[in-house]
Amino acid sequence: MNFDRITEKLEILADAAKYDVSCSSSGAKRNNQNKGLGNSTGMGICHSYTEDGRCVSLLKILLTNHCIYDCAYCVTRKSNDIKRAAFTVQEVVDLTINFYRRNYIEGLFLSSGIFKDADFTMERLVLVAKKLRLEENFNGYIHLKSIPGASDELMKEAGLYADRLSINLELPTEKGLKLLAPDKNREDMIKPMNYVKNEIIVFKEEKKLFRNTPKFAPAGQSTQLIVGATQENDLEIIQTADSFYKNYQLKRVYYSGYVPIADDARLPSLQSKVPMVRENRLYQADWLMRFYGFKADEILDPNLPFLDLDVDPKLSWALRNQHVFPIDIQKADFEMILRVPGIGVKSAWKIIEARRFSQLNETHLKKLGVALNRAKYFISYGMHFGNLKFLNSSNLKQFILGNTKSKYQDQYNAQLALF
Amino acid sequence: MNILLYDHTFEGFLTAVFEAYEFKLKQVKIIKEALQTEQLFAQTRKVFTQAPKAERVYQKLKSLIGDLGLHRMLYTFLSEYEDIETHLWAVVQYALSNPNRNIIQDFSHPSVLKLSQYAQMVHREKHRMEAFVRFRLTLDGIYYAEIEPDFNVLPVIAKHFKDRYQDQKWMIFDQKRTYGIYYNLHKVELVEMKFANHLNKQEGLEMLVKDEKLYQHLWQTYFKKTTIQARKNSRLHIQHVPRRYWKYLTEKFVV
Ligand code: SF4
Repeated sequence: MNFDRITEKLEILADAAKYDVSCSSSGAKRNNQNKGLGNSTGMGICHSYTEDGRCVSLLKILLTNHCIYDCAYCVTRKSNDIKRAAFTVQEVVDLTINFYRRNYIEGLFLSSGIFKDADFTMERLVLVAKKLRLEENFNGYIHLKSIPGASDELMKEAGLYADRLSINLELPTEKGLKLLAPDKNREDMIKPMNYVKNEIIVFKEEKKLFRNTPKFAPAGQSTQLIVGATQENDLEIIQTADSFYKNYQLKRVYYSGYVPIADDARLPSLQSKVPMVRENRLYQADWLMRFYGFKADEILDPNLPFLDLDVDPKLSWALRNQHVFPIDIQKADFEMILRVPGIGVKSAWKIIEARRFSQLNETHLKKLGVALNRAKYFISYGMHFGNLKFLNSSNLKQFILGNTKSKYQDQYNAQLALF
Repeated sequence: MNILLYDHTFEGFLTAVFEAYEFKLKQVKIIKEALQTEQLFAQTRKVFTQAPKAERVYQKLKSLIGDLGLHRMLYTFLSEYEDIETHLWAVVQYALSNPNRNIIQDFSHPSVLKLSQYAQMVHREKHRMEAFVRFRLTLDGIYYAEIEPDFNVLPVIAKHFKDRYQDQKWMIFDQKRTYGIYYNLHKVELVEMKFANHLNKQEGLEMLVKDEKLYQHLWQTYFKKTTIQARKNSRLHIQHVPRRYWKYLTEKFVV
């Protein structure tokens, strides 16, 4: 192996892959059989953290950054004047195995620029996964990027060897896609996604009949949306996410604040800041849709299509719906308890359990993990109304903000200058 | 007061518990042998670790506080805090005097609460070590790692590494406690030798396979390149990877 050359390739191809924010290695169980190498326990391990504080769990690289397309938001785009490189299939296999054996990583996340055509590229990605599984007896985690337009046959093979498949929509709307990635069309992205979804359903059916049905993408599919590259508002973004969760049964939608990489009139300027607070609020909104029973159009409506940057979307909903509060912690439905700011899913369950035995008070709630500094304005205990006098006041938001410090305060101020 | 001295092992501690009940001792204090000090007005006796006695206590406790309870006791033990014997002994007595209920979730008892806190801390350290171990390949064909964990977690991380790395020999050496675990392709065994010093004296290089430095270098390259400078957040980074662990993290030192 020529290490100088490999080092250079790794520099280029890790650098180009880093904008994909997904690094999850969870959700798939693979045992180490017959004295092979590695396993996946279903709960990914973060082996390290980058200096921007993100989990490093997988070796995340591109197979190549040669690309025939010219998507404006992407460093790899054809018209960008950068160094190009390509790994061979065997080089990726060797890197993965050697990193894995040293306990650096949980596995591989392999993506690629599109060279020649979709199938030619996809075939090579699949080959890496196949070699790892069959030749190296590797049971660690493998995440492959599905290439838009790849054939069903290749997607089928990909699903047999990979734990997760993903295809990044990147732009929340077709309009945005037309503007920034004129060579791509949404159809090509959705087709492989749809195929994989159906195969996963077939797998689950067959599994009931035949116990040894080979695994098919056990950790499911995910996608990524870029935030802030185009004009889409937050409502459009979460509606897109919502429809993909529903129609393609995605495990995760990732939101990636646009990092300015190009001087292009269609894009934010090179000086603009990464919209990190907005990205964080979108994750919170996503969380509310998946675990708290909120609908996209409850979190935002067409008159207010952007998430409030000072407060999280759950508090924001509560402030807009002050009339439904206070709720009686002793009697309210689970669904309503979940909607109280400061009460999470776990605490909500504990409240339902605990109230069967006794009349709850503030001390109880604290013990059950409730953030009382928020919750206290929205709940009653049957008789005690301590903090509720604030509930009807119009400056409740200021009041709560004054009492709790946001960890985003500094960044928020920095961002304000932008708008 | 009755002082029972034991040999620093969990079995030894359980044997001491057995004897405290066997001899119906009052005002018992269980202490590590090495920490013995002259005590006026105290009866001191040395406990000889006996597996059958330890096993009987173990089974009894299992019936009272279940696997979760024993798990908490073991993890507390591995925390090596000074006061663990006091809390463990208090919990044992509390469990034995309440045979009709499982007391392990009764956090109104201060020692029960303490056990759950200590166990939690050790648990976190276990996870950290499963993540932070960095092997390097020696000329003997052994993947070798050194760690200095806050708590004595080697006994509880062995399974994770055995399940994962079945086709390579590996050793993880605890520099603070100067012992290691070694997997020889069949089973994991304890090793006490000063293997680590030996390796360090050789400055690493000649003891390691030729490619080792190169892979370390590649890993550092990767680590650097996967960071997005525009999003840099050192506070968050240090919160996740506290400085005291950097010494053994390949991505954090200069090759
Ligand atoms: S096809 Fe993919 S790699 Fe190529 S320019 Fe578009 S986003 Fe970048």
